[in-house]
Formats: sequence, structure tokens, C-alpha cells
Amino acid sequence: MSITQSSASLFTTATEEKEGAFNARYSLWIKEALDELPHSFTITDPFISGHPIVFASPGFLKMTGYSREEVIGRNGRAFQGPKTNRRSIMEIREAIREERSVQVSILNYRKSGSPFWMLFHMIPVFGNGDGRVIHFVAVQVPISGQKMRNGSGCSELVFGSCRREVCLGSYVHQERALPVECDEQELENWEHCEASESEKLKSAEAVGNVLSVLTRYSEFAGRLVCGKRSCLRVADCLSSSLVISLGRIKQSFVLTNPYLPDMPIVYASDAFLTLTGYKRHEVLGQNCRFLSGVDTDSSVLYEMKECILKGQPCTVQILNYSNRKDKSTFWNLLHISPVRNASGKTAYFVGVQMEASCKDIESKELRPETRQLSVVGAVRVAVRSSFMVTC
Amino acid sequence: MLKIKRVPTVVSNYQKDESADESVGCGRNCLGACCINGARLPLYACKKLDKSGVGEKPVAFLESLVLGEWEDRFQRGLFRYDVTACETKVIPGKYGFVAQLNEGRHLKKRPTEFRVDKVLQSFDGNKFNFTKVGQEELLFQFEAGEDGEVQFFPCMPLDAENSPSVVAINVSPIEYGHVLLIPRVLDCLPQRIDHKSLLLALHMAAEAANPYFRLGYNSLGAFATINHLHFQAYYLAMPFPLEKAPSKKMVTTASGVKISELLSYPVRSLLFEGGSSMQDLSDTVSDACVCLQNNNIPFNILIADCGRQIFLMPQCYAEKQALGEVSPEVLETQVNPAVWEISGHMVLKRKEDYEGASEENAWRLLAEASLSEERFKEVNALIFEAIGCSYQEEELEGTVVEQDNPSGSVNQKSNRTHGGPITNGTASECLVLQ
Repeated sequence: MSITQSSASLFTTATEEKEGAFNARYSLWIKEALDELPHSFTITDPFISGHPIVFASPGFLKMTGYSREEVIGRNGRAFQGPKTNRRSIMEIREAIREERSVQVSILNYRKSGSPFWMLFHMIPVFGNGDGRVIHFVAVQVPISGQKMRNGSGCSELVFGSCRREVCLGSYVHQERALPVECDEQELENWEHCEASESEKLKSAEAVGNVLSVLTRYSEFAGRLVCGKRSCLRVADCLSSSLVISLGRIKQSFVLTNPYLPDMPIVYASDAFLTLTGYKRHEVLGQNCRFLSGVDTDSSVLYEMKECILKGQPCTVQILNYSNRKDKSTFWNLLHISPVRNASGKTAYFVGVQMEASCKDIESKELRPETRQLSVVGAVRVAVRSSFMVTC
Repeated sequence: MLKIKRVPTVVSNYQKDESADESVGCGRNCLGACCINGARLPLYACKKLDKSGVGEKPVAFLESLVLGEWEDRFQRGLFRYDVTACETKVIPGKYGFVAQLNEGRHLKKRPTEFRVDKVLQSFDGNKFNFTKVGQEELLFQFEAGEDGEVQFFPCMPLDAENSPSVVAINVSPIEYGHVLLIPRVLDCLPQRIDHKSLLLALHMAAEAANPYFRLGYNSLGAFATINHLHFQAYYLAMPFPLEKAPSKKMVTTASGVKISELLSYPVRSLLFEGGSSMQDLSDTVSDACVCLQNNNIPFNILIADCGRQIFLMPQCYAEKQALGEVSPEVLETQVNPAVWEISGHMVLKRKEDYEGASEENAWRLLAEASLSEERFKEVNALIFEAIGCSYQEEELEGTVVEQDNPSGSVNQKSNRTHGGPITNGTASECLVLQ
């Protein structure tokens, strides 16, 4: 990608990239089918770094006031703001981490900056073949202006009819109802805004509809998805929450699984793909030796193998062969270390690559060695915690 | 005078028995006058301005610095054991208490005596303190920056004139990345909260920009091991039960700090959040802590959610222990309810305790540390007075003002149903006393 491209077109390319990843899973016309649904919803991909939105329905765009290009590639956090309840944010984060569904009222902000309350209902979508979470679907149902009441004896159905009138903008004097023209400042300061039963039903219905479309179009593509995990996640498949954590690390690194034959790569960061010039599907499942070539020092390879067998960290300087356009070689200052999971046993090895020419220290930056070790540390934290998820 | 016996956690490789300690010509590369000339550390100076809004999710610079330096010491063998080799699990149940089997954390030594009835004690240079740590245990200097930008200096001399604050490793880590934040280390401040230091801790939480990196504080009498001002922090990428507990708002201060009490949690605690600035939040909590200190009430603090939430937990376990009021089964586990335990992270030294860890056990242990309902109300009254706030318990029909009753029990039975005071965004629920 040349640096002379305008930022607008760069952004478009990124959007297309993310949408491309989405399209690959389903058969043609999936987008059109989803576009026909009236609901506000987004679909996110935990396997792309940053856990971004890869699809946003017209209903969502209308509700928030953003254009498609402004939304694709953003994380859902972008619609939260300073007055969004921290507890709700945590609930959503934890549901993602635990790969389960969640339904929570939360304050979001439109493009204009104006706040609104909505019922956020999110579910994981599982791939049928490998049992892992491949998407999260999130539905947003706006909640009308009802505050949580203490011990209110009124049933929700009574409010239902009142609320319709309220929503239409006319001021209805009810003992407990609120005019819809309430101060935005007020909205922001509400501790909570309880969704009605009917709103909750609406969100469940929307979720069901979206899931149906996804299921149908995945069937056509022969790679079925469903709302329930149908099989235990395959051993060499990382959980979506681990992948999300690893996606925060911007340096080049891989995770390999020493328990699988030939110790294949089970995770490769975006930076690794950029450095080596390979595509993700070309490296996953492969042993790292594809990076070595004719002039790679075999004694260095032997040293690495020894450390791996002993379960010790090591740093070596090794000549690697890239798949970049120029097929250039580069000196890789490679650091390898075993990484344990919550059981205390080694689960993976992490390999952090550093192109030797990048060793110049900029005065205001971390030392390259420190940065390399920070990757190891971040991976340790992620792997240890990801195996502790409650069943 | 109340005392208990316990085995102190070793946080530095230079921490020896209380009795044996030389202070001259040590040759250990410590921070004393003997070695400090020529000491250099990286310096991280954070922004003075508040970080507002939603943080950037990639690993922040400070996080890379902490992790990178920690991993370096890890590989150099500076820690007493590999904490990642310690088995850990989430205890099944509603709260998700986290248990760890760690036989190496607590030494098999004779327990030493700790005075537990005085929250404020003077600094004693003869006892172990952080000027005695080896410089290799220090990771970097940390300060609130002058300008609006983050500044990083890879190799800055440690200058006593600048009153540097440092981040050090805890050689007996509870989790990966366990560090100690020691404000103004060379000033030798005793373990007590002051406004400047708490603000520094908040800055660190905000700069780390990771909700799974919390800072904790134990007062004397609440299981602080060393009477030299320090906070602790580490990474655990899951929520603490304390963070998941529901809360009920009590008041909002004039500076916009919202104070809530936790519901259905074994340790009665307050939650501080909001405020028009980080300084407001920090100052409010500091005022509360100073009040507790002056009233000799031990407490713990947890700084969570990147510095947006501060939990304040007054406790009385040590006092109970000294008076022989703690049940034997709980005592046998030798788990001291310090800030991490109260937050829901239990480090167990015996395999049978780990295997048999349950939510009920955890609850029972923590409940021993909690103040009673009555006492908690009294303490809250003290705190609100110190902050300049008045807490009104409202009923649906009228307003009942809670009386400050120094003799103890508040005889007004609260008539709350679900929500407590009706939240009403515009009216502040706090009377500022003249």
C-alpha cells in the first residue's frame, strides 16, 4: 500500500478487508439478506485484532447516525462515553471473555454526541465444525424514557401503552411516566434504565432473526454456524477470548503448540504476517521452519531445539527468508520461551521476532529487548487467564 | 496493645529477619546513601491531564514497560518461585472467587509479632524498608509529568533531590507482573495514605490503561507487611468478585464523586467513582482514608477499572485474631485477608485448602474481616463527616435524616426496598456542611 494514498481510501481498503473476512464465511448475498432485517444490530469478529465490527445493519446506522464506513472496523466501545455505566461495560467485556450471551441496559452515544439508552443483547455464534466462537452478534433495542422505580406495583403492560404515546412525543401526564423530551443531561445521569418485558422480547426476536439468516447462509456455504456450541473446541483452536487478548499485542510473534505433531503455529500476529509476507492461512498449522532457508545456520536451529526440549527461554539470531514481494532475507533476533496455562503446565511456546536492523534505540522508546520481553509477558498473562474461564 | 503472630511475606530478596540488619557499607547496590550515587533507572513520566473517555485498547506503553522489565527479572531468576507454575482456578459459584495453590509464597519460618492496634506507626529505619532493596529489583521511576505528554527516559539517574517514586518487583508474586509502587521512596514515608501518593497510584492505574491491572493498598493492622509507604499491583485478566458485587448509591459529593455501598458481599465496603477530575476522586478517597487512620480503623483499598473505581474496605480481622475471636478452621488456612483476598483472590498454601476451596469457605473467611452492619454505619458517618457530606436515607414518602450517633447503633431501621434513594440526576443528594 503506497504512502501516497489518501487517508480516505486507506480507510476504505481497511473496511473492505474486514468485510471480506466476513463474506468469506458465508455464501453470496449474505449482506443483502442481513440488510433486509429491520433491526439494529452489529456483527463483530473476535479473530481480527481489536475485535472490530464487520457488519452494521441499516437500523444501527440510522439509530446512531454514522455511515457504514465510519462503523466497520471500530470496536463497540466507540459508542460508549464518559457517562456510560462502568458496571455495564464490565458485564459486556466479561460475557465476551466467557463466550456467552448477555443482555444489559447501557447508555450509548450517537454521532451527534447525544446520549441514548438501549438494551444491548449479545450472543456468540459458533462454527459447527470446530466449536469455536467465530462472531458475536449484538442487537440494540432503544429503551424509552422510563427510569427504574422502587417497588413499583404497576405491571409492564400498563406502561406499554402509555409509553407508545410518550414515544410519539406528546406529553402524557401519568403518575409515573416521563415526558420524552427530557433533558439529555438527565438521561446521562440516570443510574439505570430498565428495559420493559416487551423490549426484552424484541431483542430476543431480533437476535433469533439474525442468527437464522447467518445459519441459512452458512449452510449454503457449507460451513455451518449456530447459536450453541455443538462440539468441544478442537485442541489446536484458541478460544476467541485468548485471540482477543493476543490481538492487543502489536509486535510480531507466534504461538506454537508443542503437544501437536511437528509443533505447529496456532497463532500468528498481524505484525508477523507483515514481517514475513505470508498470509495467515499459509502459516497456521505449519512448523516455523518454513522461515529458514539454504543459508540459515543449522547449529542455531539445533540450539533452539535444545532449549525447547529443556523448556528454557532462549534468544538466537537467525537468517530468515520472507515471502515479501522482494523475497528478501532478514536477520531475525528471535526469542523463544515456554508459556504456562492456569494448570501450571506448559501450554505453548511463544516466539517473538525482531528484525535485527530495527535494533537502533530511539531515545524516547523502550529498548528493543524490553519490548520483545514485554510481548512474552503479555502472552503469559493472556494464556494463564484464558484457561481459567468458568465453565 | 494487641499483637498477632504471622509470617511476613518476603517482598524483596534483601528482606531479612527484623533483628539482623546492617546499614553501613552494604555492598548490595541498595538505595541507601552507601550505594545510590550512580544509580540509574528508566523514568516514566505520565500525563498531568486526565485521561477521559474510552481508552485505546492495544497494549499501552506503560504496560509494555512493566511487562518487559518484569519478564527480564523473571528470566534472570530474581523471583523466589515461578508464579505461572502455580495452579490456579476459578471457584465455581456466583462470584467467581479465584484460588491459587502456592506453597512457596509463605516461608516455612517462625511467625513474627505484629502490632495490630495502631494504624499509624512511625517509620523505623532499622526495620526492613524499600531503601534496602537491591537496585536490580527496581524496574523504573514513575512520576506525574509536568507537560501534557507522556515522557520516557530510558536511563535517568536517581536523584534524591527530585524525591523519586519507583516501581519494584515483589519477589513473592501473587500473579505475573506483581509490582510495588513506592511513592517518594527516599523520603521514607510510613505506611499511610496521603493525597499526593494516592493520586500517583491513580495515575499509574490510568496510564496502564488495562482494567485487569489493579492497584491495592493495605494499612497497618490490615496486613501491610512493611511500614514503608507502598501500593501493590499485578495482572489478572478476569474480574475480581469485589468488582462484580452490586452496589447502591449513597451520596454524590459536591465535586461529583459518587459514593456507593456494596450489596451482598462478605466484606462491607464503599465504592468511590466519578468526580469532575481524577484529583477530585483521589482527594475524596484520601480524606476518607485520613479519617480512618486518625480513628485507628484498619482498611484496604482497591483501585480498579483503570483508576475510575476505588473500593475502600475497613476491616477488623487482625483485631479479632488478637482477641481470639476468629474461628479455628479459618485461622488454620493461614490466609490473611489483605486487599487481594478481600477482592476475591485467595492464595492458599495447603493443597487440601485448594482442593476444597469453595465459595462458602471464601465467604466465611472474608466475613470475619468485615465490620458489622452497625460498626460500618458508624464508620461511614465518620467518613461522610470528614468528606463534608451528609447521607440521607430517603423513604418513598418523606426524608429521614440519619443521625450521627457516636455511641453506636443507629436505631433508625432503613425502609429501603429495591433502590434506595430515588436517583434524580439534577438534585445533588449531598449537603455540604458549612
